[in-house]
Order: sequence, then structure tokens, then C-alpha cells
Amino acid sequence: MGGRVTAQRPDGTGAVNPPPGTPLLQVEDLVIDLPDPQGDVVRVVDGVSFDVPAGTTVGLIGESGSGKTMTALAVIGLLPDRAATGGRLLWRGADLLRPETDWRRVRGHQISMIFQDPLAALNPSLTIGRQVGEILRRAGRPRAEVRRAVIDLLDRAGVPDPERRMGDYPYEFSGGLRQRAMIALALAGNPALLLADEPTTALDVTVQARILRLLRSIQQEGLSMLLVSHDLRVIAHVADQVVVMYAGRVAERGPAAEVLRRPAHPYTRALVASVPAVRTRTALADPLPGTPATPAHRPSGCAFHPRCPLARDRCRAEVPPAREVAPGRWSACHFAEEVLTP
Amino acid sequence: MVAVTRMVVRRLLIGVFVMWGAASVIFVIVRAAPGDPAAVFLGPDADKEQIARLTAALGLDKPLFEQYVRYLGDVLRLDFGESYRLGRPAMEAVFERLPATIDLTLTATAVAVAVGLALGLVAGSRPGGAVDRVVSAVTIALQSFPTFWVGIMLVLTFALGLRLLPSAGVGTPAHLVLPAVTLAFPFTAIVARLTRSSVAEAMREPYVQTARSKGLSERQVLLGHALRNSLIPVVTIVGLQMGALMGGAVIVENVFAWPGLGSLVVDAVANRDYAVVQAVTLLIAGVVMVLNIVADVLYVRLDPRIRTEVAS
Ligand SMILES: Nc1ncnc2c1ncn2[C@@H]1O[C@H](COP(=O)(O)OP(=O)(O)O)[C@@H](O)[C@H]1O
Ligand code: SF4
Ligand SMILES: [Mg+2]
Repeated sequence: MGGRVTAQRPDGTGAVNPPPGTPLLQVEDLVIDLPDPQGDVVRVVDGVSFDVPAGTTVGLIGESGSGKTMTALAVIGLLPDRAATGGRLLWRGADLLRPETDWRRVRGHQISMIFQDPLAALNPSLTIGRQVGEILRRAGRPRAEVRRAVIDLLDRAGVPDPERRMGDYPYEFSGGLRQRAMIALALAGNPALLLADEPTTALDVTVQARILRLLRSIQQEGLSMLLVSHDLRVIAHVADQVVVMYAGRVAERGPAAEVLRRPAHPYTRALVASVPAVRTRTALADPLPGTPATPAHRPSGCAFHPRCPLARDRCRAEVPPAREVAPGRWSACHFAEEVLTP
Repeated sequence: MVAVTRMVVRRLLIGVFVMWGAASVIFVIVRAAPGDPAAVFLGPDADKEQIARLTAALGLDKPLFEQYVRYLGDVLRLDFGESYRLGRPAMEAVFERLPATIDLTLTATAVAVAVGLALGLVAGSRPGGAVDRVVSAVTIALQSFPTFWVGIMLVLTFALGLRLLPSAGVGTPAHLVLPAVTLAFPFTAIVARLTRSSVAEAMREPYVQTARSKGLSERQVLLGHALRNSLIPVVTIVGLQMGALMGGAVIVENVFAWPGLGSLVVDAVANRDYAVVQAVTLLIAGVVMVLNIVADVLYVRLDPRIRTEVAS
């Protein structure tokens, strides 16, 4: 860190001169504090760092409450009003967390987002076509052109008979079609990064597979993606890189295939073991022992220590820093080497 | 849209029953109230025999049930009876006064909806903010002042004090301002409070987050996404409240000497002019029914989900 070119373009859509090879998005030591209902401030995201290089898909995985959604919301500037942030979110080399960021140019046009529940995420009283085309209409594009673009977007997202169905309302779509419409909506502004927060969690299993195929085909068109999921199978299917989160911190990150095949953190190992047949052919899974730590009640030292089979005294006392334990592989475990080579 | 027609027809049928109920209740109430039309009309000097003769002429000597059956039969033939005092058909007198009341209530509604929506929208877009707190204090005040007191205060200030507006009577649009504003006071508060809570709720919906994620400004999110969905309950209340507004109009018309239904009905009650009281009641019940149907149709048009529910 340091010594980076961070002069902003006036509109906040990236640095004036990002050095070649700068990742699209660099999350550096991201901290998010949120007041809980009692008014106590909880650090829901605590020093998270990872990169999203152009054209790659990064999977963000972790149990419910580990801070995945908050991390994604921070990237698009949609955290709850009372959230306080720290660290840096470099978008094409310029920090989005600086107050001068013009989020209206970033959102939709640079970074867009799809959500877990597509029915709730769509406006019930506007037609699908209107919602998908809104960003284009507001940009002043002529009516006929917007219409053509909407048909094309819906078609790309796999909505059948888009010319007719663009006049439908969200409740007239099935769950899978709604998520396809959301994807079309998110792609309308031609963004470079798509944040997908549990995009298949609310869908039927068969529909899930189809939506994942769609996300992969979008990926092949060159779009970068931050795919948030608690489901390892989804991540294994789509992600190039994976970031494993535990209680608001990164446990480990690295290339998806390697991390899932040969974890460098006991938490990842437990996660992989808890899912039947991710890479292996074992039909039975070992459930993850213990209950997940939450950011509000984060154990001392390594937050995973109460559930970790390798835990020892040092783990309770010292927070393990993220270290590069093999090329491209980062782990926040004091004993990562032991985990890597058992 | 055939479905909407069916809904309207169903509502009309229900409305007929409601009007029958209203007609029956008022029929009993006017007769139960102390005082006898013939005695009131003839004055304190009339003797028993004169009173009895007039009572018989008015048909008021018959058993109550017989009067009731006759009345319903007349109403079905659109005969709403004679005003014994005005010496002409009661409904004719009512229709003569109706336009003034319509002017008053429509103007008051327009004021209440415009001001109430605007206040509710700014307050609801930032719940708990400074504007919200001011608006909620203002609306509580608006709602708790009695109508006649508001009317008198406005007259004292704008008519007698500043001499900007006429204090009573009709003639120019300026005459309409004070009575309409007086009538609009509590209604504005209702619209503002409902809009506020409805907008605040809509702003918490996930689709608002989606709208923001498209790069829309807060204003565009509010007007383009939250407002439309928050209007649905507001439309219903406006429809229902316009009926109540006609009740408020009775007081306001009397404060401002506004020649509408309100002053007519007060006169009619004072003189035990049963036919006029009954005609006004039936007309107001009819107007309220129509307004409710209009509100329902709008409601269906605003919410596509209900649109289909109605169809199926
Ligand atoms: N609006 C909020 N106010 C305060 N705390 C919140 C709010 N939303 C979520 N949290 C807390 O933040 C933590 C992280 O939540 P989240 O990012 O949604 O987790 P994930 O997406 O990984 O399930 C959780 O412990 C949750 O309880
Ligand atoms: S630091 Fe200790 S407790 Fe934490 S994962 Fe590693 S071995 Fe387990
Ligand atoms: Mg989440």
C-alpha cells in the first residue's frame, strides 16, 4: 500500500491515471461499524481486504451474519445511514469512500447489484420493461432506442418473448424470471462490476442452476463479479477467486479451485467438509461443529478458536494477521502451514 | 377492465343497501327528536286543532310504520317529498344548494391533498429528521383545533385584521378561500400523516434500494418509486374522507354564511323539515357511495396486483 496514484476524476469514477494492471476494485482494510438496536456500535466488518481484478469473479463466502452483504453494500455505497466506514475501497485506483465520490455516476453505470429476493427488489407497481429501461431513459436515450435495448437486455438475460413480457408486472413473473429481469436491470447501465448477493438462495434448485449458468455466460462477456453466497457449491461453480469470511473478518482467500481443494484455514476446511461432494465424491458431510461467532460477540484472538480443532493458547490471545502462505494464497491462521500440509 | 365494471356494479348494489339503511336511520331520528313540525311551523299562537289538521295534512298522524313504507315507496319512484316550509319538492331545494357545497368541498379537498401530500412526502422521505418533527407537530395541531375555532381565527386574522379576504358570503373566488381553508385543516393533517407513514414505509422497501443502485437521486427514488406505492392507501382515505368533509361543511357553512347544503340542513333541522333533512341525507349517502367507488377504481388502477385479483 501507499505510493498509489489516487487523483480522482472529477466524477469519482476512478483515478485519473491508474497504473496498468490495477485491479478494478481493491478492498483495503475495510471496516464497517453499525449501531445495533441497543445503540452499541458493532464492528460488523473488521479489516477486510481483497481485490477484484478486471474480468474475474470473486466469491465471497461465509456463514450468515459474517458480513458479506455489508461488504457488498459498502462497495455500491448503500450501507445503512448510520454505518461508519474505515479503510479504502479503490475503484480503478480511486477511493470510493472519500466524500467527493459521485455515487450517482458509479451506481448502475460502473457497479450494479442484484439481490437475494428478486420480488422484493422489483417495484411492484411498475412494469418490468420500465424498470429495466429506467437507467437508459433517465440518461435521455430516445424511447424507441430504450425499448429496443430493454428487449435486448431481457433476451440476453433469458427472459422468453421479451417484447410481450416487458409489459408484465413483477408479480406476473416466476421466481427465476424475476431474477433474470433483475439481472437485465443490473446490466442496463453497462457496468464493469456486478455485485450479486445470494442471487440464487431464494430460488428453486432447478432454477438455481439455470441462473448460475446465466451468470457464467455474463462472466464470459467480460463482466467482473462479486458473488456473495453462503453456499459453497454456488461459489465452486462460478468463482475464480474466493474470499472466506468469518465473523466480519477474512479467514482466507485465493484461487477458488485451490482454496476449495486444499484449504489453508481450518474454517475453510470445515466448510468444505460440511458440503457433500463439492470436489470429492463423499456422499456424507460433516456438519460444521459449534455455533458461528457473530461480530457482536466476537471471541478474542482468532474468532474461530472456540470451534477450531487446532486451536491452542496463542489462538485465544493473538488475532492472526492475513499472511501469504503460498503464492496467491492468503490465510489468517497462525498455523496455516499445518492446515495446508497435513 | 370488464372485471372493474363488475366490481363497480357489486359496489353499487351494496351501496343501494347502505342508502336504504341511511334513509331508515334518519327517518327514525328526525321523528324521534323532540318538537313537531306542525307546531314549529304554526308558531306558539296556534291551537291544538290547527296543529292536528296540519299534522294530518303532512301524513304525520299515521302509524310510524305506515309512514315509513309510504316514504320508501316514494323514494323508489324518486319522489323525495315536499318541504312543507319551502312549499316545493325537497330535492329541488337540495339541488339548488348542492353546487355551493361542491365548490367548497372540492376546493378544500384540493388544498388538503396538495398540502398534505407535499408535507407527508418531505416528512416521510427522512423519518425522524428535523422536517419530519416539525411536520408532525403541525399536523397534530391542525387536527386538534375545532373547526369553528379555526374558522373564527382565520376570519379575525385575514378578514378583520389584515383585510385581505371577505369574512363571509359568496360572490368571488376570494369568498371561497377562508371557508375552504378552514374545512381543509383537519383533512390536510390526515393526508399528511398517512402520506408520511406510507412514504416512510415505502422508503424501507428493497425496491427502493434497487432504485438507488441504478444511480437515481434521492428525489428520483422518492418521486419515481416510493411515491406511487405510497399513494395507494392515501387514495382510499381521500375517498372516504371526502364524505366526512361534507359533515365538516355543515359547520363551516354556518360560520361563513355559505349557502350550501350545510346551512340548508341546519335550517331544516331547526324547523323539523323532515323531507329536506331526509333528502340531504340520501344525497350525501349517494355522493359518499360514488366517491368510495371512485376511490376503489383508482386503487385498483394504482396497484397492478389487485388489478389481477379483481379480474380472477
Ligand atoms: N441494519 C443493521 N443494523 C445493525 N446491524 C446489522 C444490520 N444489518 C445487519 N447487521 C449485522 O451485521 C452483521 C453482518 O450482516 P450481513 O453483512 O448481512 O451478513 P451476511 O450477509 O454475511 O449474512 C450481522 O451480524 C448482522 O446482525
Ligand atoms: S488461528 Fe488458531 S484457532 Fe484460528 S484457525 Fe488457526 S488454528 Fe484455528
Ligand atoms: Mg447476506
